[in-house]
Amino acid sequence: MDSVKITVTVNGRRHEREVEPRRLLSDFIREDLRLTGTHLGCEHGVCGSCTILMNGQTTRSCLTFAVMADGAEITTIEGLGSIENMHPLQAAFWEKHGLQCGFCTPGMLMTALELLRENPSANREEIREALSGNLCRCTGYQTIVESIEAAAETMRGADT
Amino acid sequence: MKPAPFDYVRAENVGEALSALAANAEAQVLAGGQSLIAMMNLRLAKPGCLIDINRLSDLDYIRAEGDELALGALTRHTAAATSPVVAEFCPLMTAAYGFIAHRAVRNRGTVGGNLCHADPSSENPAVAIASGATLVLNSVDGERRVAAEDFFLGLFETATGQNELLTEIRIPKAPANQGWSFQETSTRKGDFALVGIAATLDCPDGACTDARIVAVGVGERAVRLDAAETAITGAAIDDASLAAAAQAARDSVDPPSDFHADSEFRRDLVFSLTKRALSEAYGRCRKEG
Repeated sequence: MDSVKITVTVNGRRHEREVEPRRLLSDFIREDLRLTGTHLGCEHGVCGSCTILMNGQTTRSCLTFAVMADGAEITTIEGLGSIENMHPLQAAFWEKHGLQCGFCTPGMLMTALELLRENPSANREEIREALSGNLCRCTGYQTIVESIEAAAETMRGADT
Repeated sequence: MKPAPFDYVRAENVGEALSALAANAEAQVLAGGQSLIAMMNLRLAKPGCLIDINRLSDLDYIRAEGDELALGALTRHTAAATSPVVAEFCPLMTAAYGFIAHRAVRNRGTVGGNLCHADPSSENPAVAIASGATLVLNSVDGERRVAAEDFFLGLFETATGQNELLTEIRIPKAPANQGWSFQETSTRKGDFALVGIAATLDCPDGACTDARIVAVGVGERAVRLDAAETAITGAAIDDASLAAAAQAARDSVDPPSDFHADSEFRRDLVFSLTKRALSEAYGRCRKEG
């Protein structure tokens, strides 16, 4: 099993690494880069917890090999905001109780980010549809949808 | 690390992919990986060698060419789902995308990979068969074309040879006056279909002159419902003929029972969804006179 050299830009920082071809992008992010904000739930593409942005598009990192990300730009939850400087989505999830255990939250946030970039005035129906590939076992989704609605409002306000 | 080890070949062009396929009897093609990698994570699939075709950008296109719509095999679902060209010339496919997976999966998954995976509950095989698509297969020995109807052989099994790569999907442009519908029931939004029905209908003067009805989720592969097509063809479209066609559809399938739905429930779905699909397709037919 020959390792493959890859170069991946994650949250603006370039990383060069040797990886086994079977290394999943999710394990590469968590174990090789030690960015443990990306969570692994089902590890077969059902739960959405491991969702990251690859070249600006939501991607299940557990259904992608790290070698497939060679040359790609990746954004993980760590690239969204910080405790001192939260992204409006993070602030809204905090404010509106959009999380309980927090396991699904990174995937929810990255999914919501793609939605609001494309559709800044997404309605409840569109938000629910966008979240349909992300499972939450705590909240019943109500507060997640409300958080994204609130964030959308904040983000629209910031643009004008 | 979940998947079993494999040799990895990254093809930079179609020629390299075909040579690699010819050189390695254990090779499988890695496109978007949205089904294959899930199966590898569960060790349901342990390919000895993967040929990564994600760099073959010349297989990523959507074009209207003469009287056909041509999709490169590496076209991502998101591109196909949102394409105005697809919406114009194969509105059935656009309709089916209302049921296909979730956004993150559609961003990576490819039209060609989806067809080659040949999941019996997957929607696009039904779209391909209903719209009379032709699949273009390439190998080092040359090119071969297979009608979608002859492509799906069984559970996860297609007519693609070990050394062949699906490069293009060619779909005759839907006639402007043709009606279409895709109907599906699944446990949750974006899940695989319990049953899905794709239908196209031509009714130039109120009576049906041609119908294609394809079901997924009722067996080992997508199947044309010949009995239902025969029942509706030649008939004036009304409640009685729709019900007769739906009943013929129901009687012609013998779906499996599984954890999600038993055979009888799936039969009932075939009846209801066929009726709904034909009714919606009829509403979309442009009638003359």
